[in-house]
Amino acid sequence: MSTSETHAQVSYLEHQGKYKGILGWLTSTDHKRIALLYMYSMLVFFSVSAILGLLMTIEKAAPGQDIMTAQQYNGFFTIHGVIMIFIIVIPGLAAVFGNFALPIMIGARDVAFPKLNLFSWYLYIIGAILGVLSQFAGDGPPDTGWTFYVPYSAESSTNVIFALTAAFVLGFSSILTGLNFIVTIHRMRAPGMTFFKMPLFPWSLYATAWIQLLATPIIGITLLMVIAERVLHIGFFDPALGGDPVLFQHLFWIYSHPAVYIMILPAMGVVTEIFPTFSQKPVFGYGAIAISSLAIAFVGYFVWGHHMFTSGISYWSRWFFSFLTFIVAIPSAIKVFNWVSTMYGGSIDMKPPLLYAISFIFLFMIGGFTGLTLGSLATNIQLHDTSFVVAHFHYIIFGGMGFAFFAGIHYWYPKIYGRMYSNRWAYIGWGFLFTGFNLLYFPQFIIGIQGMPRRYFDYLPEFQWGHFLSLIGAIILLSGFIIMVSNLIYHRRKGAIAPANPWKGVTLEWQIPSPPPVENFDEIPTITRKPYFFGKD
Amino acid sequence: MTNPMHDEHHDHLGSKMGMWLFIFTELFLFGGLFLVYAIFRSKYGEDFHHAAEELNVFIGTLNTVVLLISSMTVAMSISAIQKGDSGRAIRLLLLTIVLALVFMVNKYFEWGHKFEFKLYPGSPVLGNLPKGELLFFGLYFMMTGLHALHVVIGCVLLGITIPKIAKKQITSERYTFHENAGLYWHLVDFIWIFLFPMMYLIT
Repeated sequence: MSTSETHAQVSYLEHQGKYKGILGWLTSTDHKRIALLYMYSMLVFFSVSAILGLLMTIEKAAPGQDIMTAQQYNGFFTIHGVIMIFIIVIPGLAAVFGNFALPIMIGARDVAFPKLNLFSWYLYIIGAILGVLSQFAGDGPPDTGWTFYVPYSAESSTNVIFALTAAFVLGFSSILTGLNFIVTIHRMRAPGMTFFKMPLFPWSLYATAWIQLLATPIIGITLLMVIAERVLHIGFFDPALGGDPVLFQHLFWIYSHPAVYIMILPAMGVVTEIFPTFSQKPVFGYGAIAISSLAIAFVGYFVWGHHMFTSGISYWSRWFFSFLTFIVAIPSAIKVFNWVSTMYGGSIDMKPPLLYAISFIFLFMIGGFTGLTLGSLATNIQLHDTSFVVAHFHYIIFGGMGFAFFAGIHYWYPKIYGRMYSNRWAYIGWGFLFTGFNLLYFPQFIIGIQGMPRRYFDYLPEFQWGHFLSLIGAIILLSGFIIMVSNLIYHRRKGAIAPANPWKGVTLEWQIPSPPPVENFDEIPTITRKPYFFGKD
Repeated sequence: MTNPMHDEHHDHLGSKMGMWLFIFTELFLFGGLFLVYAIFRSKYGEDFHHAAEELNVFIGTLNTVVLLISSMTVAMSISAIQKGDSGRAIRLLLLTIVLALVFMVNKYFEWGHKFEFKLYPGSPVLGNLPKGELLFFGLYFMMTGLHALHVVIGCVLLGITIPKIAKKQITSERYTFHENAGLYWHLVDFIWIFLFPMMYLIT
């Protein structure tokens, strides 16, 4: 749909506010513009961090020192982790697609607190810049790993305080986004849209927002305690001063395990939108998917101990945490069954978003099953701190959340820019990404079982084949990423004009023009039936 | 940027809900410290007992009373604005801020006294104390310090409220900001209500 006759129809991309150009974007409280601000900043930080990752893979392609020193390597994996976890995947889907699609999908003109939303982005940028600066400023890049384990993080002479502060500020931004979404979902749903008439992406954001709100403060105070330990010598975690280092691990994982669900729940929400649309069939088990999001969010709070099986926690607590780890897999599996059943008997249209969504299931399953391997007490002892763990969480985080992000951007792209990308290049990009991804991470499972430790700069020659395959995979993966991004960037202005509803979707965002007008709706729609009604039963 | 459209959907209940959610996160933030307190208290009960005796119960009690009264004055200022008496509301808010300053001055003397005896984290005197006492003072400074920071933030919020009332941006029709600032102030008070017995009274 082209731009328009009346004022209300001006697209958010072209709308002229008080300021022009870039300033108009930096001061805009429009949720759609803020979503794109997040996306562009993430693209920049992701590229930085991906290059760090590639350099690490190159370093490990052959045993011994190749292109960097051991200390540099420690700095690289720390910053790679801090950027990827705190700057990309934790805010990731919620900040980009949540901001863009949530208000439209529930029939609202914006989020509940638009100014706070913009403020969250500024906090995010401050935190992100601090994180990247820690690599360059002061006494050298932090070398503690993104987990900041004491006692090393309290003693390391590197720039740890910068990174801790960055994580703290980013956490605050995440809390405010969560708060905003909860109030938006409670207060701004269109008339007639009860909770159980709400599409499932907002449901997953709702569950995510509660975790953001209730878990993030714990990491905030924990990071402050480490800062206090470094600056004021208060020894909460220092045995010499009466403290307890294992206490840090507890406090850290009380947040950081639920944080995994902050990453994956919105990803599940995105693919839940994609399956019904490209199968032209109502989602299978709407209630089960909605409730399993909340179940994951709830049970996810009580499994943090499975990161600490080898840290010397008691027998019974290990048993308890292992058991709950298996329990939390159930709602995730329920979702997988629902997605597959949604496709069953549907008229499947294998467009790029669906292809990415299906690869999400595939990779997420591998990540999930290897998670159970790690959650079992006996195998955990063998696999703890090996590259098996590295492979596992990359399958979950990159294969899960990353591929869901790619699925989401291909799904909402026509809505965001009002243009179509080239399907051909999207398929080619997918082929590279999928092949490269598996080639990069799968060998790490095998050499991990054989005993390759994680975070090691050097290794025994028998692991070389795995690291070498990883390097080839990394190069293919990065080429795929470049192809995908170029396709999207190029067609942003040059692509064919997108119709309002290119995928025959039924949720509200497809019922308004592409790109959406500034305030989304001329008239707020009234909702009378369940979502995912494709005109047949 | 103010978009006039956004002002139209001003939502009193939604804003208050946002504030309550934020208060939850603050409680969880302090919750982490309370958890650490509980763990070390159970580990070093006796040391905590001795260390707590060093604190000045009189100043602690005085500060508790001061904060309780300030919570009352802030509640009264909200009642005043609801009745449309903005002059009275401003006076009560000013009184609240004065009480907050009294609290901070007391705190200053209390901390200063501790510093005189070299009872601060990292000091050589503290380093020679038993580990539990060391942790107690660490927690004492961290928790009351973080609380003091919240007193300052609360004062800033109340300080922003006053000109808003004067400029008629806050009226008897629309006082969400005022109420939220008040809610935040009650949070500050509420946390102190727990800090006070845990630090000063349980010896």
